[in-house]
Amino acid sequence: MTQLSCSDIQLNFGGVRALSGVSFEVRQGEIFAIIGPNGAGKSSMLNCISGVYTPQNGRIVFEGTDITSLQPYNRSKMGIARSFQNIALFKGMTVIDNLMIGRHLHQHAGLVQGGFYLGPARNEEIRHRKFVEEIIEFLSIQGIRKKVVGTLPYGYQKRVELARALALEPKILLLDEPMAGMNHEETEDMARFIVETNSERGITVIMIEHDMGVVMDISDSVCVLDFGRKIASGPPEEIQKDPHVIKAYLGEEDI
Amino acid sequence: MSDGKLKAENPGETTFARLLRKSAQSYGDKKAALRVKSLGIWQETSWKEYYEKVELYSMGLLSLGIGKGDSVAIISNNQPSSLYALIGAEVAGGIPVALHKDSTTAEVSALLIQFNVKYVIAEDQEQADKILDSKLTPATLKKIVYCNPRGMRSYKDERLLSVEQLCLLGAELKEREPETFDKLVSGGDGNDIAIICTTSGSSGPQRGALLTHGSIIGMAANFSECAGMRATDEFVSFLPLAWFGELMISVAAALYTGFTVNFPESPDTVMADLREIGPHIIFAPPQIWEEIASTVQVKMMESTPFKRFMYNSFMPIGESFAANRLAHKPVSLFLSLKYRIAHIALMRALRDRLGLSRARVALTGGSALGSDAFRFFHAMGVSLRQVYGLTEISGVSFMHRNDDIKGATVGLPLPGTELSFSAEGEILLKSDGIFKGYYEDEAATAKALKDGWLHTGDAGSLDADGHLTVIDRLENIIRMSDGSLLAPQAIESKLKFSPYISEALLVGANRPCLVVLVCLSGRVMGKWAGDNKISYSTYSDLVSKPEVYDLISQELAKANRELPENARISRFTLLYKELDPDDDEMTRTGKVRRQVVEKRYSEIIEALYSEAESLEIDTEIDLQEGRSARIQSRILFRNL
Repeated sequence: MTQLSCSDIQLNFGGVRALSGVSFEVRQGEIFAIIGPNGAGKSSMLNCISGVYTPQNGRIVFEGTDITSLQPYNRSKMGIARSFQNIALFKGMTVIDNLMIGRHLHQHAGLVQGGFYLGPARNEEIRHRKFVEEIIEFLSIQGIRKKVVGTLPYGYQKRVELARALALEPKILLLDEPMAGMNHEETEDMARFIVETNSERGITVIMIEHDMGVVMDISDSVCVLDFGRKIASGPPEEIQKDPHVIKAYLGEEDI
Repeated sequence: MSDGKLKAENPGETTFARLLRKSAQSYGDKKAALRVKSLGIWQETSWKEYYEKVELYSMGLLSLGIGKGDSVAIISNNQPSSLYALIGAEVAGGIPVALHKDSTTAEVSALLIQFNVKYVIAEDQEQADKILDSKLTPATLKKIVYCNPRGMRSYKDERLLSVEQLCLLGAELKEREPETFDKLVSGGDGNDIAIICTTSGSSGPQRGALLTHGSIIGMAANFSECAGMRATDEFVSFLPLAWFGELMISVAAALYTGFTVNFPESPDTVMADLREIGPHIIFAPPQIWEEIASTVQVKMMESTPFKRFMYNSFMPIGESFAANRLAHKPVSLFLSLKYRIAHIALMRALRDRLGLSRARVALTGGSALGSDAFRFFHAMGVSLRQVYGLTEISGVSFMHRNDDIKGATVGLPLPGTELSFSAEGEILLKSDGIFKGYYEDEAATAKALKDGWLHTGDAGSLDADGHLTVIDRLENIIRMSDGSLLAPQAIESKLKFSPYISEALLVGANRPCLVVLVCLSGRVMGKWAGDNKISYSTYSDLVSKPEVYDLISQELAKANRELPENARISRFTLLYKELDPDDDEMTRTGKVRRQVVEKRYSEIIEALYSEAESLEIDTEIDLQEGRSARIQSRILFRNL
């Protein structure tokens, strides 16, 4: 079943055409990878889905609703969460606090109730803390739960960012280069967490990733962008053999 | 003796399950037997629930068709389910054997075959994979029970079932036969084999020592009384159950005494969980104590100038106070007073950080702890005591009593333990704790057990106060070319007290002088390199830097000054990798396999004794998950 469909997306920055006529469909429950050389428009595509950019042309439909011009916070409410290429956490706050903020969308206590920490606010807080603790366990970050985010190694910060996205209870998760800058071991851990997020929690994953080993290993389908255009899409085995893709990545032999 | 005495005092209570039933009856729901941290909150399991859980596991195994004497392997992190499975398997007639959870696939399958394992209780996917992946899965294997279902959904192997399914089967059987479990518990005999305990295998293959309920519980009774354990105490279980010391405390002594066993949330949170619980009882091998001591030193290097000042001013006071106390020398009034101040200014806070605030029964055992590390803890006000024993004699034979602590000895015998020495000075022991033999290995049993005496393989001597001193493993004692004898252990411990040095291997048999292979602590050296602005790529790159050699030269020279003339080190080198149990260089409990290491690095050792100044290394080392890396490096040799 198609959960998210993008059709004929066009995005311009002044005279620069970042995306032109990109269309693809993401099925419910799959891991969907967007790959392509630098400057291909991958992050722009993700930004269109999460609502940071509004495309000049084209439609984005999420679970039957047109979200093309919806505000980002409204998209989060519908169940779209994301992580960023450059970590965007509150560096001065603890892991727990960062994750609790991820629950903000689901909290309803008002100023008075929350301010005085009255019964219902307290119960709500406990309920959300439990949810956050489950994510902490899921991602094995018990050892750092009370650490200030800024003091953590890079690999852990990436994991905390994934945790915060999960705290939103998303239906679809957008990951912008989740493995960037990681060593081999951290990459393997992250790949495992993404697979488990997908299989155990049933969350659809759209990810941009440069590590081809990971992409080919864990994704169900792959979409390749080059200079703002989609040049191929399909299961990873086919993509690996696609002449356009090989050309985009390796260049063409002069004859 | 101890078994008989126990029977007279507590008729019938001579199996783990019977001790548990008694506690369940007397404490019921009122007292916590186990405590586990789950979702950030400590959750208690009462003695009654503990007993009920064991019943479900046991009935579940019966329902799977477990037979008398079937081996049940437990391969898991520290968690209550391991204890349920262990005791449950015993009641059902099986014999449990705990394996190290970080063992490799090959090690696991070798042990499963060695012990004819029929049932496995595996913690999670990672452990289950080790059994399923192995090409050598024993034909005897019937079922694999996994505790954590995560990632197991797509597995189709018929031998797999979850622990929930096991308990469900147990509950169904209990419904049909409500009396069975109770009858089995009552019918248990103290002479039944309680467990197969793997020996560490520091000098040879791992063997399975067979121990009976009676001998373990008898020993636990003596041990907990001599150590002064109380029912109100707290204990944190963070060491592998495959180490007999852990089993002794978290199962035997806990069941006998009735104290609470706490389980950390994850291996990463052990230090934080220790601090939260503040255990009264800690029993750990020297490696752990050494690690704590070195962690303190490293943290102090990183700390603020004020904290460093406090540490450097007050720690020496503690050290000299402890040195006097341990040597049984009188402490001057002035020093006492200074120590009081040091306690308030430093020790109290330090102990709290380490989770040692309430540590009353602090024990080290398994191998020898260096005198510097030992004094370090006494300086802090933790009354650390040595325990000496072997798996083959139910773990404990000698220990320090309350105030009668000497740094170099392992104290006095436990009641009922007899001591003798062979002509070569080998320690021979006899007590009711002696094992029944090695699993299907009569030759080894006959070698270890002669006329009822256990041949420990350790060299030792007795002092005027009746304290035993364990010198070293007999086979490790170095006879140098001039005929003098030397025990490497004490010297190596001294070197290892330096926070930079993680392992040191002394070589000198049939040689004119002593040389040492040194492994550095990657964590500490990384920090040191950062502080000194030394750039490096990998561990092997870092340890080939001349600056690092300069640093270690100084450290070794410092140690040399405190060593007697004939025990001084003349030359050393740094190994290009850290010793690793995955490469067979260490046991899973962290003891160096001397023969293996000496053989593997024989080229380096030969070069150390030559005139050479350096050696080019070009070799492959195995990394995790079957990858390997090529190491090309130049190692240096330095004279001291």
